[in-house]
Amino acid sequence: MRRSTLLVQVGVLARRSVVRTLRQPAMVVPSLVFPLMLLSINSSGLDSATKLPGFPTDSYFQFALAIAFVQGALFSANSAGTNVASDIESGFLNRLALTPLRRLALMVGQLAGILALGLIQAVTFVLVGVAFGDGIAAGFDGALVIVALSLVISLAFGCIGAFVALRSGSGEAVQGVFPLFFAALFLSSMSLPRDLIETDWFRTVATWNPVSYMLEAIRSLVIEGWDAEALALGFACAGGLALVAMLAASAALRTRLVRT
Amino acid sequence: MIGGAFWSVARAVAWRNIHNFFTNPAIIVPSLLFPMFFFTAFAGGLSRVDQVPGFDYQAGYTTFVYGFVLLQASTFGGIFTGFSVARDFESGFSRRLLMAARSHGGIVGGYWLAALTRAIFTVSVITAVALIAGLDVNGDAIDLVGLYSLAVFVNAAAMLFGTGIAMRLRTMQAGPLMQVPAFLLLFLAPVWVPYDLLTGWVQGAASFNPITLVLEAGRGFLAGDPTKVLPAFGVALLLAAVTMLWARGGLRSAERAA
Repeated sequence: MRRSTLLVQVGVLARRSVVRTLRQPAMVVPSLVFPLMLLSINSSGLDSATKLPGFPTDSYFQFALAIAFVQGALFSANSAGTNVASDIESGFLNRLALTPLRRLALMVGQLAGILALGLIQAVTFVLVGVAFGDGIAAGFDGALVIVALSLVISLAFGCIGAFVALRSGSGEAVQGVFPLFFAALFLSSMSLPRDLIETDWFRTVATWNPVSYMLEAIRSLVIEGWDAEALALGFACAGGLALVAMLAASAALRTRLVRT
Repeated sequence: MIGGAFWSVARAVAWRNIHNFFTNPAIIVPSLLFPMFFFTAFAGGLSRVDQVPGFDYQAGYTTFVYGFVLLQASTFGGIFTGFSVARDFESGFSRRLLMAARSHGGIVGGYWLAALTRAIFTVSVITAVALIAGLDVNGDAIDLVGLYSLAVFVNAAAMLFGTGIAMRLRTMQAGPLMQVPAFLLLFLAPVWVPYDLLTGWVQGAASFNPITLVLEAGRGFLAGDPTKVLPAFGVALLLAAVTMLWARGGLRSAERAA
């Protein structure tokens, strides 16, 4: 009985979250257009980098495709945070707090919209990779794994966005954190493989940066095929970040509801 | 032609904007962070690209990237000032200003002074970071005057473009209309590698992009090997002149609506 109630609560909130996210072109369109635009510009602008000895492919498009998935997930973080902040600012969360709604349902329901957006992004980027690149080296199964990993990455960044919103209660604060997410992407092995990064401090930062492993896991499936180590590291980093961020967001939600 | 009323209004508008810029972290932080991210990511993460066959820029990759980031910071110093104009319209401040100011041209002049100050501040910080990171300037004092003069023209053109949009639409929602064209113009130039190493459609776009000339001239000044100087200044002046007409049209539109 309790379980079915929880599922109903999750279902209702998830439906609201998905509909709300997909009804806002300002959230969906940039999260698809900007990563694709950057992919297109990067792949022509940096194609000569493939001539560096040791570069893993002769097509920069194949190399840069992974960036689109992570960049799309960063937009998810922004969307998740903005949606949660808007619920706080509008008083919706206060009203929910007066109902017997369970925190878990609220948390999972709020993130459903981000997962829906993440799914649209991942499928779009895979299709673009197949249509304009050399396909996915790991084949159809590899494409499914890319979509799965991409969803975990979206969940991880989405939870961080939700955490910031729940802690601050302000959409402006979420927007203010957005550049930091981009810093995480920029200070990774986004533009070159780690072993080709010449600047020592940058290579060290990229090695400690979990985003590098998320990129490398997707990249391995696109360029090489199946690489168990890269996949394990990618899923571990994305999953670990998702877990930590979800726990933090959950704690922030508890504090927020107590305050309410 | 430009009298006391112009400067009096310009000073007041500039002071208000500059004060807002330096006292509001939500405005100053993104202005600094974005060029810094680009500089760090490109100069640090892509430094090996200068070993690609055909990469013939002698001053090194950090200097190559600095040339772009300088241009980017100047452009966005202007574009972000366009955001401030839009914000002033949304808050109702600009409407009152248009009714009270003796010189409406002075309003645009004031925003230009603010844009210039923002760009000078951002460029100074980025230059300091770049010098620490190994920026190697081979150009002499005259080259540097040429380099920073180009940046001033680009900053003015970007500010006038953004102001023209902000004064026509008078809402912050016009932000992407200011940002996206500027972003595209900048990134469809030879950002990471010299023009000859570009491939595909980006090379075609770069050949028509006026910013390519400005960027190549700027990098030439940095390397102490001035190149395409006259065409670059011609393009920069033309951009400033065209956007001035665009901003003037925006001001007229705002006056009619006030």
